[in-house]
Amino acid sequence: MALVEVRNVSKIYELGGEEIRALDDVSLDIDLGEFISIIGPSGSGKSTLMHILGCLDSPTKGSITLDGTMIQDARGQQLARIRNQKIGFVFQFFNLLPKLNVLQNVELPMIYSGAGARERRDRAMAALKLVDLENRVRHRPMQLSGGQQQRVAIARALVNDPKIVFADEPTGNLDSVTGEAILSLFEQLSLQGRTIALVTHDPEIAARTPRRIEIRDGKIAKQIDPRLAGGVQNN
Amino acid sequence: MRSKSIRGLREAFRTTEMNFLNAITIGFKEIWAHKFRSLLTMLGIILGVSSLVAMSALVKGMENGMREALIAIGGLEKVRIEDQDIPMAQLHLADQAVGITMQDVNALKASAPLVRMVTPEMRVQRATFTHGGKSFTPFNFVGTSPEAIDMNQHVVEYGRMFNEIDNECANSVCVIGTMIRDELFGSPEKLGYELNPVGEQMMVNGQPLTIIGMFQHYESEQDRKYRLVEQSKPQQEQTGVTRSRGWGGGGGRGRGGSFVFRSKNGTVYLPINTMWLKFKTPTGTNTIPDPRLSSVYIKVENIDTLEPALQQARNILMNTHKGIEDFGFQTQENWADQINSTIHNARMSGGIIAAISLLVGGIGIMNIMLASITERIRELGIRKAIGATNVNVFIQIIVESVVIAVLGGIAGLVASYALVQVIALLSPTENTPIITVPAMTIAFLFSAVVGVLAGLIPAFKAAKLDPIQALRYE
Repeated sequence: MALVEVRNVSKIYELGGEEIRALDDVSLDIDLGEFISIIGPSGSGKSTLMHILGCLDSPTKGSITLDGTMIQDARGQQLARIRNQKIGFVFQFFNLLPKLNVLQNVELPMIYSGAGARERRDRAMAALKLVDLENRVRHRPMQLSGGQQQRVAIARALVNDPKIVFADEPTGNLDSVTGEAILSLFEQLSLQGRTIALVTHDPEIAARTPRRIEIRDGKIAKQIDPRLAGGVQNN
Repeated sequence: MRSKSIRGLREAFRTTEMNFLNAITIGFKEIWAHKFRSLLTMLGIILGVSSLVAMSALVKGMENGMREALIAIGGLEKVRIEDQDIPMAQLHLADQAVGITMQDVNALKASAPLVRMVTPEMRVQRATFTHGGKSFTPFNFVGTSPEAIDMNQHVVEYGRMFNEIDNECANSVCVIGTMIRDELFGSPEKLGYELNPVGEQMMVNGQPLTIIGMFQHYESEQDRKYRLVEQSKPQQEQTGVTRSRGWGGGGGRGRGGSFVFRSKNGTVYLPINTMWLKFKTPTGTNTIPDPRLSSVYIKVENIDTLEPALQQARNILMNTHKGIEDFGFQTQENWADQINSTIHNARMSGGIIAAISLLVGGIGIMNIMLASITERIRELGIRKAIGATNVNVFIQIIVESVVIAVLGGIAGLVASYALVQVIALLSPTENTPIITVPAMTIAFLFSAVVGVLAGLIPAFKAAKLDPIQALRYE
């Protein structure tokens, strides 16, 4: 069974009496340990897909199974818990809390999972070591460069040992050199066996991942999957 | 469904338990990050709490002032038994009525266990005291027993109270209040020193009486303060011809109950036998002076058993009065009730004013919390994205609001202390305001409750935020 199973998921908004299908009958599987990218132009529905997969939003129709749990009908409380335990987010604008220092930012998810103070500290330090920032723990986010901030965000995403990490345009706010460094960090993490989903509009970045899912007008337009014969599936 | 939500709540609390200290820390950080804004917000609570405490301190001071007069006349436990018109049904027995006599006193002492103390009073109206060309008519010229000193809360300052031997021998001795000393021998204000009149002799209705003791000067807390303030002022130089400035100057100062102290100061006590034999005149063919008493005072054992004690006393007196009810009871219940209702009203109006200012403080907190969550929409979105539940966010906002309110409450308690000092300084002759622990506790709890209530709406708004939109918010 796949880690994420999406079956016939639609997301429909009502906007001024008009029906907008942000996602239209999407089905896909993500296996444990996969490194995939979800690619598409802005407005294609890729962000909506990521929000639904990341338990920030619920689909209008269809079913989603994450790590064996059906989440399409889950309530806010359960979704929050799944986000906390099984999902890590990395955002384009880093989204660190400016008033907390690096260590406190990384500890934050564990506060909501109820870990003790010592455990929080140890695990946060381990996660920061992973992104090579263990000597910046007392700095505020504003005192760090963009690349460093994004690495803190990655450490925060990893600290609760999630099943899957969603990265929404993680290099969109970085110059090409640091962006490259972040991408190789993701590759490295993928080699360690983590499941990572990159959301981007940039085909060049998407090309770094073995499997690519192209979204257009709320539908999967094209999948590049090394496991398929010929590697390409056109819908 | 229901048990599910309860489990969810319990789970949220398990994580929030650890989270609670954290939320308090976050609250303090938020306050510290906006020092001035938080101070202004707290000011509402500070004013509310301090006005509530100061108000109740003022009322308490007022209450003490009113109660001290009630206590000065002997308290609620003291009941006067006096002559009363015979009821219609017994009018034909009127000539059989004996009136109140020493027999009643002895019977009550012997047979009424619910009555702690009994003292007789035999008064002579308009007795003229003369000494060295001055004369004075005291308010109370009373023959009584030595226990009267306890009954009426007197304190002997100079000399002694008369005793049973003085009574048995009907010695011509008396104990006076300060007003008699002031009028016949000179007051400390006029003489510039305190005169001790013990040993002096004066004429009362032509009979010599020797002063063997004098009571202390009685005055209300308020009057005492006024006197001290006046004393500490430099004496104004009298200009021109020395003259009396007429009525309306000093003397009749002080409100409510000061007549109690004046009448106490104008009291003369002497042994009841002396009074009977020397100042009550035999009338007609009867060579024995009128043995009837003006009144009898009893003090009941316990105010809670006032009703049965009065019943007991009535039964005994009905016996000694041959079943003729020519006596009645007079208590201070009405006065005590009046004090209670005055205090109640003052407390209510003060409480309402303070409650309104606390309410205004609460609205201030709500306002600032609403502004604060709007400012922090993104932060709240991030917290939700990484796993904060709605309950977590809700509690965080409530705790922040409570932290502001409670800090304001603590500051308000400190401020109330200063406020009371200022009030005492501004009007030194008023009754001292007294800060009570219950008032402080109530005010503090109120501030905490206001914090919770003011936090509710902002917390609901924060908890309901959609994380996606919150994350997009710029």
